[in-house]
Amino acid sequence: MPLNKDIKKVLVIGSGPIVIGQAAEFDYAGTQVCRTLKEEGIEVVLINSNPATIMTDKTMADKIYIEPLTLSVLKKIIGIEKPDSILPTLGGQMGLTLSMKLAREGFLESHKVRLLGTDPLTIDKAEDRQMFKDMLESIGEPVIESRVAEKIEDALLYAEEIKYPVVVRPAYTLGGTGGGIANDPEELRIIGTDGLRQSPITQILIEKCVSGWKEIEFEVMRDSRGNTITVCSMENLDPVGVHTGDSIVVAPAVTLADKEYQMLRNASIKIIQELSVCGGCNCQFALDPGSFDYAVIEVNPRVSRSSALASKATGYPIAKVASRIAIGYTLDEIRNEVTQKTYACFEPALDYVVVKFPKWPFDKFVYAKRTLGTQMKATGEVMAIGSFFEQALMKAVRSIELGLDTLNLKKLKEKTDEEIKSLLYNCDDERIFVVYEAFKRGVELDEIYKITGIDRWFLSKINNLVYMEMFLEEGELTKEKYKDAKDLGFLDSTIKKLSGQEPPEKIPAAFKMVDTCAAEFAAETPYFYATYDSENEAADHIKKSDIGRKKIIVFGSGPIRIGQGIEFDYCSVHCVNALKESGYEAIIVNNNPETVSTDFDISDRLYFEPLTPEDVDGIIETERPWGVIVQFGGQTAIKLTKYLLEKGVNILGTSADSIDEAEDRKRFDSLLEKCGIPRPRGETAYDTETAVTKADRLGYPVLLRPSYVLGGQNMIIAYSKEDVVEYMDIITANIELENPVLIDKYLMGKEIEVDVVCDGEDFVIPGIMEHIERAGVHSGDSISVYPPQSLDDDVVDKIVKYTGILAEELKVVGMVNIQYVLFEKELYVIEVNPRSSRTVPYISKVTNVPVVRLATKVLLGQKLSELGYKKGLAPAGEYVAVKVPVFSFPKLTDADSQLGPEMKSTGEVLGIDKDFESALYKGLLGAGYGLTKVDEIVLITVKDADKPEAVPLAQKFIDLGYSIAATEGTARYFNSHGVPAIKVNAFDEPRPNTDTLFDSGAVDFVVSTSIAGRKPAMRSVQLRRKAIERNIVTLTSIDTANALANCLISGKNLGNVNMVDITEI
Amino acid sequence: MVSSSKMAYHKYEPAWLILEDGTVYEGRSLGCGGTAVGEVVFTTGMTGYQETLTDPSYFGQIVAQTFPLIGNYGVNDTDRESGRVWLKGYIIREWCYEPSNFRSKSTLGEYLEQHNVVGIYDIDTRALTRKIREHGVMNGAVTTEYPDDTGAFLKSLKGFVISDAVRSVSDKKPSFHKAEVSKYHVVLMDYGYKSNILRSLNELGCDVTVMPWDSDKAAIEKVAPDGIMLSNGPGDPNENKKIINNLKEILKTDLPVLGICLGHQIMALAFGCRTQKLKYGHRGANQPVMDLEKRRIFVTSQNHGFAVVKESVTEDIGNISHYNVNDESCEGIKYKRPGTFTVQFHPEACAGPHDTRYLFDRFIESMEKKNAAE
Repeated sequence: MPLNKDIKKVLVIGSGPIVIGQAAEFDYAGTQVCRTLKEEGIEVVLINSNPATIMTDKTMADKIYIEPLTLSVLKKIIGIEKPDSILPTLGGQMGLTLSMKLAREGFLESHKVRLLGTDPLTIDKAEDRQMFKDMLESIGEPVIESRVAEKIEDALLYAEEIKYPVVVRPAYTLGGTGGGIANDPEELRIIGTDGLRQSPITQILIEKCVSGWKEIEFEVMRDSRGNTITVCSMENLDPVGVHTGDSIVVAPAVTLADKEYQMLRNASIKIIQELSVCGGCNCQFALDPGSFDYAVIEVNPRVSRSSALASKATGYPIAKVASRIAIGYTLDEIRNEVTQKTYACFEPALDYVVVKFPKWPFDKFVYAKRTLGTQMKATGEVMAIGSFFEQALMKAVRSIELGLDTLNLKKLKEKTDEEIKSLLYNCDDERIFVVYEAFKRGVELDEIYKITGIDRWFLSKINNLVYMEMFLEEGELTKEKYKDAKDLGFLDSTIKKLSGQEPPEKIPAAFKMVDTCAAEFAAETPYFYATYDSENEAADHIKKSDIGRKKIIVFGSGPIRIGQGIEFDYCSVHCVNALKESGYEAIIVNNNPETVSTDFDISDRLYFEPLTPEDVDGIIETERPWGVIVQFGGQTAIKLTKYLLEKGVNILGTSADSIDEAEDRKRFDSLLEKCGIPRPRGETAYDTETAVTKADRLGYPVLLRPSYVLGGQNMIIAYSKEDVVEYMDIITANIELENPVLIDKYLMGKEIEVDVVCDGEDFVIPGIMEHIERAGVHSGDSISVYPPQSLDDDVVDKIVKYTGILAEELKVVGMVNIQYVLFEKELYVIEVNPRSSRTVPYISKVTNVPVVRLATKVLLGQKLSELGYKKGLAPAGEYVAVKVPVFSFPKLTDADSQLGPEMKSTGEVLGIDKDFESALYKGLLGAGYGLTKVDEIVLITVKDADKPEAVPLAQKFIDLGYSIAATEGTARYFNSHGVPAIKVNAFDEPRPNTDTLFDSGAVDFVVSTSIAGRKPAMRSVQLRRKAIERNIVTLTSIDTANALANCLISGKNLGNVNMVDITEI
Repeated sequence: MVSSSKMAYHKYEPAWLILEDGTVYEGRSLGCGGTAVGEVVFTTGMTGYQETLTDPSYFGQIVAQTFPLIGNYGVNDTDRESGRVWLKGYIIREWCYEPSNFRSKSTLGEYLEQHNVVGIYDIDTRALTRKIREHGVMNGAVTTEYPDDTGAFLKSLKGFVISDAVRSVSDKKPSFHKAEVSKYHVVLMDYGYKSNILRSLNELGCDVTVMPWDSDKAAIEKVAPDGIMLSNGPGDPNENKKIINNLKEILKTDLPVLGICLGHQIMALAFGCRTQKLKYGHRGANQPVMDLEKRRIFVTSQNHGFAVVKESVTEDIGNISHYNVNDESCEGIKYKRPGTFTVQFHPEACAGPHDTRYLFDRFIESMEKKNAAE
């Protein structure tokens, strides 16, 4: 069936802010969808609250609403736009859930909106636990024994029946939120109650635990005629029990014989046929390693993180094909874009192996519980492609940016053999490194298998790496040994380090093409990975595509992590587009499978490789580029500067010397001094002792952070010597400090931020952003407002002046991000980052200044004046935009939610409207703050320094009709300052206490601040955790709380705000 | 790969893959030493190497696996498609000397050695595949003894032809295989059948008499079957003059016939159609085939170097029922003769997808219909 001509205007719902379990993969899918629909001549209306995405770019859709993703907003926009269809299965769980609600309410039918792709019944059959079970039983597919429970007592009874351990899975939650494995009734009571609370329909599934079984996934596609194919099989290195998002995953499945493979493939096909899915579907299985027994774990009838991975692993564009199926095409009518000869109706054959490795936020949340289970904790992931599993695994380990070049983890070296053995029992993010260390200590493979349940195949491969390491350490580095080490993924530098010898004859990287068909057909996909072989296919491709254009490599930003998110992918993609537009050949190097930049048809050539100097070197040697760009790939790309410089590569833009001048403490200080720009006093230190002395000298509080960091990685405010010592210990645990730790006097003033484009002479500031939270809260975690609402003209002038001076002095070419603090009427510079920043996508969208495009053209030698831009601050438009951060705290057990200088948010939303109040309202609503008064109480418990400011805050809530509850000290202070507050016992004091209050469901907001935080044992941390686990809005800065209160006072609601189509701005 | 005490089962002897155009790849020896000469082909299947090794259709060929990790799940007693290994040489990227699977009985290396297969690993199989794709299939040799006189060696390679293929792989005597529940009796013509054809028929309630390749009409009538299955097999279909002549006679009966792979080609030849050699064939588990009757596409398992020329299938004998979505070649014919249809791909799978098992049901239906009419 060809295109359904009745489809003329389609509503696409994005997935909203990045949170753990729902990340950039949906921007990748959504972008593919928008592009595909537009190619078909269909009008696209897009709603997504996430401004950092590529899909919300003005060119991606005909109408774009960056509005809160709520049911009422969707209804309002459907009313305005009157689309004839809605595409529900490509916007992650968020889009799916909302679309299903609209469908079930009859809203879609009454507004004559067609649901494309998959119908609500299918979704129910896959998502409703009982219906899912019934469906599988009806087609004879095995399920794990399980039962739905809506009360904890029922769960406990059933668990006795099927025996512990049991798995708890809440219905309709994202990334397994609230789930877990319970080993006894006590644990079940805790996990089960939590799960019931997390489930929007108060339903959990109690399931027999099959941990130790293999976890296998299939990505399946089906069209309206019933043609069905499996795109890819995947095998989790970790056995069942660890969320697939937290597992190391291998594609294709590697330990299955054809019998098992076909058995599970048949099951997948049977399931998708039964569900009549039109589009993509993911099926997860548990397979007994000792028999043919298997059970279906989960089915996702939509594109997912796994489908993004499968797309990148095979070259098969699942989201694109799924969109075409949704609008009427069948698989045999859709061309295989890779070969251009064959059709989408085939199953990719791989001639390489792919390893996906998760990126966890535990380097940020050092005290968060690292145990992995059914609740996903990773913020992002990397993918590596190799000819051998070991090679791909080594590449993946290099790509996750833990500073590793092998699986040796420094901190494990000091452990005793016994400690290592006992660590094997911990199923956490470091287990693979513990396994490696255990092999080195001589623990037998079988013993490791018994403890970890990791298949012997994987263990044997990890062991190979251990042997190779030992082998390299002994004897002569022969040609053969060297080649074997290269095949196993060892870098030359590692080989040299281990053997103490130079390679006999350096083997250059050879690049192979990812072509979906194992070379059976000639393909033109410009998608490559490195291995060590005779034939370099990239070289052929370069020759063939050479039409005299200059080649420029853009380095991407690697895995999504807190502090370096999707924003940098946005920048990389825009840079590539601008390069192509300017007549250059644009080449991307990146390793993140979730992103748009690693879609093979974005750049002229894509290299899916780790972003380390040696990995990049092979690419440089093959490409011999005219220039490279490091400004848009965050710190990941910036880190390559030194190597590129030594290599003599032409780095476009700001010189490496200037970058160093901005990052090197001493040089930067003297620059500021020369220019007469004030900055908070600062020092540097490499070790604990010096750090303490210098902090003492500056006077507490001080800000501590390593130089060359992003997202306030490992950044704290130290109020005492103890804080300094604790900090230095953590930061020096796993890495040798190459650069010093910076120690700054901490000023608690208003933070202001600018992104600037400079051409070496002139500069353009698209807009000034003002933060709601005072300095001390990381800029990425602050609510940010454009244009500023509270700055006097002379401050604005000073910002522009300082910015101009810095841009000129640093000879910035391209982008620079400058952060200021306004403290006691004095403007200080706190940071100058000579690169693109997190705020670029949003500021581009609201100011209409195409920042990255402009910066790219400047890098290519054009002048801002030629490009039509006037020097200085661009005039503000008529819209106010409020960026609100979004956090993933519910998913990170024991992580402290108190905001500080270390960034904690995983994503953001934007509120945009003609006035500040409306924009703030929309921002807060989109970020998930409940803004309708449901309950009566606001609980306030703040540190002494905050108490004076908490009084007027409390009064605002009282004026809004709330009652104030407070813990002892705060209550006493409030009452003695004329604000009536009810004293509540802390949770570790006798009931009734804060727990009682939380459980009563009467608390709408919690305001909690404390001097110190982080450590899970602390009362303030525990209180915040308890509130978060009960989904109570928890504010940890008086400024945020004030903003929220003001927003409530403003009386904004969906009835009195506008829906803004940003293409009209 | 690699040494160290534990990384045992390791022969460090070098081996070479030499193609008739003079290309030489150096690798490492696997299985037996010596020299194997054959037609070099590649298969893209990612699982099922044991089935590949034991598939009689590979007789006379040297097979390269495009998937780089081979031997992961070892070798077991059941995943065999015949009693022995038929291919002449085996080319892979890496083999797994510590396999992991509950059914594994030995390693791939041990198995190749037991079956006297000359194997080679550590080969850039992707480069080799690209070469075969561009040049078409070539003769070649896997050897552990590098020839002194390469000129003469290449000449001998060029002269190699697979001959007498079917006769070489076929059983010499008939054999009877009873189903658990017997409903029908099928003669399986052994041109080099894969065991799963037999197993599939048994499972569907068919007693099976496997008959040697040269069995004639009289021999078949003697066992009084309800239907005939023409098996897969190796070699150039045109070589099988005797089989074709026998088949022409057999078709005079009213027995339903299902042909698979070589069986499909031979049937076409018996009806006067032509076959052609493909540039590099279809070998793998991901070939999309359109079933024109169902208007559905199925993913199929394939292993063939020849195909029936589409244009030679004239309306008076039947219609093309299936075609390959990738290259539009003929993948199945439904003949005018009642109950007669043949397919180029392998509905019995092994290795590969089971999506076209329905063809066995169709065959059973034909027998049912014929029996009901009688």
